[in-house]
Amino acid sequence: MLGGSPRILEINLTTEEAEVHERDDLKGSLGGTGLATALFAAGVQYEQDALSSVQPIVIAIGPLTGIFPVITKAVSMFRSPLTGGLGESHAGMRLGMALRFAGYDAVLIKGRARRPVYLVINSRGIKVKPAGPLWGMSVEETGRILREIEGCEGHRSCLRIGPAGERLVRFAGVNVDTYRHFGRLGLGAVFGSKQLKGIVVQGDLTDFPIEFPREYRKVYGEAYRKVTGTEVMEKYHGLGTAGNVLALNELRALPTRNLQSSRFEGAAEISGEAFAKHSLLRKLACAGCPVGCIHLALHRRGFGAGHEYEFSQLAYDHELIYALGSLLGLASRQDILSLIQAVEQAGLDAISTGVALAWATEALASGLIAEAELGCRLEFGDLGGYLAAVEGIVRQESEPYQVLAQGTAAAAARYGGEGFAMVLAGNEAAGYHTGYANIVGQAVGARHSHLDNAGYSLDQEQGLSLDQLASKLLQEEVERSVLTSLCICLFARKVYDFDLVQRALGAVGLNWGQRELYDLGRDIFLAKRDIQGRLGFKPERVQFPRRFFETPSLNGMLEPWQAERLLGEYLTKVEQFREGTLPGDWFSAP
Amino acid sequence: MKKVLSVKDSNRCIGCCSCMLACARVVYASYSPRHSAIQVATQGGLQGKFAVYACRGCREPLCVEQCPTGALTEREGGGAVLNEDECRGCGRCVAACPVQALNMAGGYPLVCRHCGTCASFCPHGVLELGGHEVEEVLC
Repeated sequence: MLGGSPRILEINLTTEEAEVHERDDLKGSLGGTGLATALFAAGVQYEQDALSSVQPIVIAIGPLTGIFPVITKAVSMFRSPLTGGLGESHAGMRLGMALRFAGYDAVLIKGRARRPVYLVINSRGIKVKPAGPLWGMSVEETGRILREIEGCEGHRSCLRIGPAGERLVRFAGVNVDTYRHFGRLGLGAVFGSKQLKGIVVQGDLTDFPIEFPREYRKVYGEAYRKVTGTEVMEKYHGLGTAGNVLALNELRALPTRNLQSSRFEGAAEISGEAFAKHSLLRKLACAGCPVGCIHLALHRRGFGAGHEYEFSQLAYDHELIYALGSLLGLASRQDILSLIQAVEQAGLDAISTGVALAWATEALASGLIAEAELGCRLEFGDLGGYLAAVEGIVRQESEPYQVLAQGTAAAAARYGGEGFAMVLAGNEAAGYHTGYANIVGQAVGARHSHLDNAGYSLDQEQGLSLDQLASKLLQEEVERSVLTSLCICLFARKVYDFDLVQRALGAVGLNWGQRELYDLGRDIFLAKRDIQGRLGFKPERVQFPRRFFETPSLNGMLEPWQAERLLGEYLTKVEQFREGTLPGDWFSAP
Repeated sequence: MKKVLSVKDSNRCIGCCSCMLACARVVYASYSPRHSAIQVATQGGLQGKFAVYACRGCREPLCVEQCPTGALTEREGGGAVLNEDECRGCGRCVAACPVQALNMAGGYPLVCRHCGTCASFCPHGVLELGGHEVEEVLC
């Protein structure tokens, strides 16, 4: 089955029918981002709203997903209800493995169910099951019920939305197996718009013979040793991404109190080191990844007299500690975990929620919105108000919350305060105040994510000119398009160089040259830009919030005109790249 | 004495599935982690601990006792050996194993060979190939 034509499971929620198509014409898209881009481009209705029933949801895996270590991701694509542009989000945990052994390379969901439903997907097809009693339930309870009903322990994946997705909060996410997410850009609201509460994928295929056992075992062993024997393990399994908190703080790059500061006096308390010492309960891995980067904290809190306690286990990462911690001035691990818990149960995106709350805190202080309308007081460092506001955003019972549920950009457009609305191209910004490449990289990246082109990392390299930054942003996104088409976790990007990628593909009978891989990366990069353009995104008109230039960064004070210059250089290079005239094009190497 | 596999500490399991994938890949030439003699499952979802279902290497195996055709025989050192030619796939061995360490695939039970491949791919020391430690418990 591997290496053949991609098997696409097409589901129509309106008619509750499904068909499987083996698409020989999509072989050249490889999988993951490439396959999702091709399916999405063919299905998206450019003139229709993101939450229209006609819009498709694509979830795709790659030809090596579940087959090689750390190749664990699934890629979703949709029209983003937050930005109106291209929505793309990647998730790990067990979804990739479950889809592989359910026998599908991609799932394409269209239409709208006539009542709340959840889907069961396995090798025999689909079932559409009523989910009326689940509607309104938290992410955790929904997961418990779907697991109990559908079984297949150890080989299943369980996706679900919380109340935020049901109520169409435009930055609601989809929870994947409790501890990972399709976050960013609002796939949860797209699920909600289709009355789709969840999806259980059962990887029920046992018979899946290896075609070239000797070669496969050899390359698998090499990849496994490379993963477990390099610093990848130490970096991501050790402290995990939370290790960035203290490091960024020392570099003046940790956004604090809505980036009023880039240093947080409470950083030591909420650092990866402090979480590891005081809160870390255990670590988990995505299925097929020996690294195990998922860090779970024990959140134990008392209620009532007489030594009454409740507990939960919550995943923490740098981005959560930033968005629901330093950005809101919260200097206590306990407070951050309480806020993570609220955000998780509602099914919200953590970064977008934190940025929206940070904006609202300043908007309230500046008199742009009224405390009476919010029903709570928001102050940096005060958990109580933020917990109330998370509930307010989900319930949307007053106008400010209705607007905030549309995202931070919409709120700033309605009430003002654009200068401190930490948004880039409509998406709330990630947790790095490193410099120009971070700001421009997120603005121009196809999914406006820090992971598109890793500008925050380029900013930490010394002595790069704007011209070099522009080239590297472009090159990085092109190369990552190949990695994400293979659904390789980006934490293993240095393990899977193009040489190993080529041999891993060869071991399952797929012959791709390195040149072809580069060409694929270019084609995907350009195709996604075309989709973005047709969906109305104009990169040359991106506004950078003033706050980025008012607070010192890792690279000192930044100047707006320099960011504009980098943006201009980048867009020029994209056009040259499209025409094949980019000077020093790394592509031109044979 | 031939060695047997033991689950040294299932609390250390991170659920990476490397053991299942290794057994499937090396022993059964299959990609599917279901095609593995060792199985790891969640208990109450990923919030719970992992349960590792692996052959205990019994000295007087109940699976062998219940096999109606003699396809399963005692393995030196503990556990069982399957002669596929004699097996008719009745599944009584699966039902007989009180620790649920046997599964059927392709019409045959997936009998652990105690080869240690799974243990060699476990990144967290959950599994170990060693001496017989279950004698006092089960024999």
